[in-house]
Amino acid sequence: MQKITKEMLIDKATELLNNGTVSLVLGWKKGEYDYDVTPGVFESVEELKKDFVFGDFSAANLSKYLVKKTEKLEGKILVFLKPCDTYSFNQLLTEHRFDREKVYAVGVQCDGMVDIEKVKKIAGDGILSVDCNGEDIVVKTLYNDDMTIAKADVLAERCANCKSKKHVAYDELLGESGEVIDSNRFDEVEKLEKMTADERFAFWQNELSKCIRCNACRDACPACTCEKCVFNNPNSGVENKSPANSFEEKLFHIIRAYHVAGRCTDCGECSRVCPQNIPLHLLNRKFIKDINEFYGEYQAGAEVGSRAPLVDYTLNDLEPGEVFDRGDENA
Amino acid sequence: MQMKEYKPLIVAFCCNWCSYAGADLAGNNRLNYPAEVKIIRVPCSCRVNPMFILRAFQRGADGVIICGCHPGDCHYTSGNYFTRRRMAALFSMLDFLGIEKERTRVEWVSAAEGAKFAATMNDFVEKVVSLGENKRLEDLRCKR
Repeated sequence: MQKITKEMLIDKATELLNNGTVSLVLGWKKGEYDYDVTPGVFESVEELKKDFVFGDFSAANLSKYLVKKTEKLEGKILVFLKPCDTYSFNQLLTEHRFDREKVYAVGVQCDGMVDIEKVKKIAGDGILSVDCNGEDIVVKTLYNDDMTIAKADVLAERCANCKSKKHVAYDELLGESGEVIDSNRFDEVEKLEKMTADERFAFWQNELSKCIRCNACRDACPACTCEKCVFNNPNSGVENKSPANSFEEKLFHIIRAYHVAGRCTDCGECSRVCPQNIPLHLLNRKFIKDINEFYGEYQAGAEVGSRAPLVDYTLNDLEPGEVFDRGDENA
Repeated sequence: MQMKEYKPLIVAFCCNWCSYAGADLAGNNRLNYPAEVKIIRVPCSCRVNPMFILRAFQRGADGVIICGCHPGDCHYTSGNYFTRRRMAALFSMLDFLGIEKERTRVEWVSAAEGAKFAATMNDFVEKVVSLGENKRLEDLRCKR
């Protein structure tokens, strides 16, 4: 399997910009360090050459930004999508959030993304650069000698439990598209389910009390694209940043998980962007697992136009009371 | 010191067409059910946004019960089928977060089932009383 380099992506983007296919490029932009890569929009080849990056930290799911970027766009925008991003892309199309005609999607082969927090735990602070050579990553730090770490040890959570290497939507593909993987992503959820209610409550109280309500999970989530969000308080003046009342503050995470239930593609952005490292993906995975068990296997975004399980019904669905009986069997 | 008797606060969302009429029938028949049950009439059980339930808990409810027409008998044809899916997902999530499962319930009560309504409420309130006050959902994100 060949390795996809940033030059290949820049070449592709340059080609498409020069022949007029696209007028904007949505990609990953260099930050201050190797590891703080952010989503970015590029208008010219010069900008691409200057700031475009692709590597182990190009984790951001770019599909969400298409909603705003295509709104007033004349012509097309080029977007690079990793396999898990293509699910979000399809889900947004299903919800008619942007015009497919305005997007030129290039699928990019993904070899897994690296979680900088895990690297920091091993290599310590003062990281100067992180380079990847296939199976290993080499970390240069201010205080220690160069360090070689197996990439598998520092993979982001969602990549360690990767659900699919298959691109479900693209106009063109760079590298290879793999298969849907039978992953162990529900293991953590099952572990929690086996606990007693008291233990579960203690676990979640501990995790959720860390939340600083920065709204990063909402802002990064490709399923959260409402123009008006229930968590915004129009009276506050700083609209994005403050909860309307104490209720939202406390139950923010349940509500947010419920709002994206059945639409969440399990891209893992919420946990990735959380500055407090709350395992938010577990809430979403619980819903996905439940929906799979109650109403049959469903992967949001696997195809455009599929009907989400929570806006659908059959005559013989299970009764809400039965969900608990099921839980007791598992215990 | 005499302990103040614990009185739970129960919120019952009843659909206008079946369960609210069922509650009415229970009253007409002089059937007893606890006065702690506060009935909120909704046009259909699917009018109950999951947020209503969380809101009720946050504002101090000790138990929330949703009553609607039996599946297949919905006045709006399919409303309670949606309720059924939504609440199954929500209850499972609340259970996952460690909220006591006896605090939430969905019961199908038709307009002719006054006796069932009273029995359901008696049973539900009894279970909630045995659990005591709702602390968990009121204070889920509390700072320790």
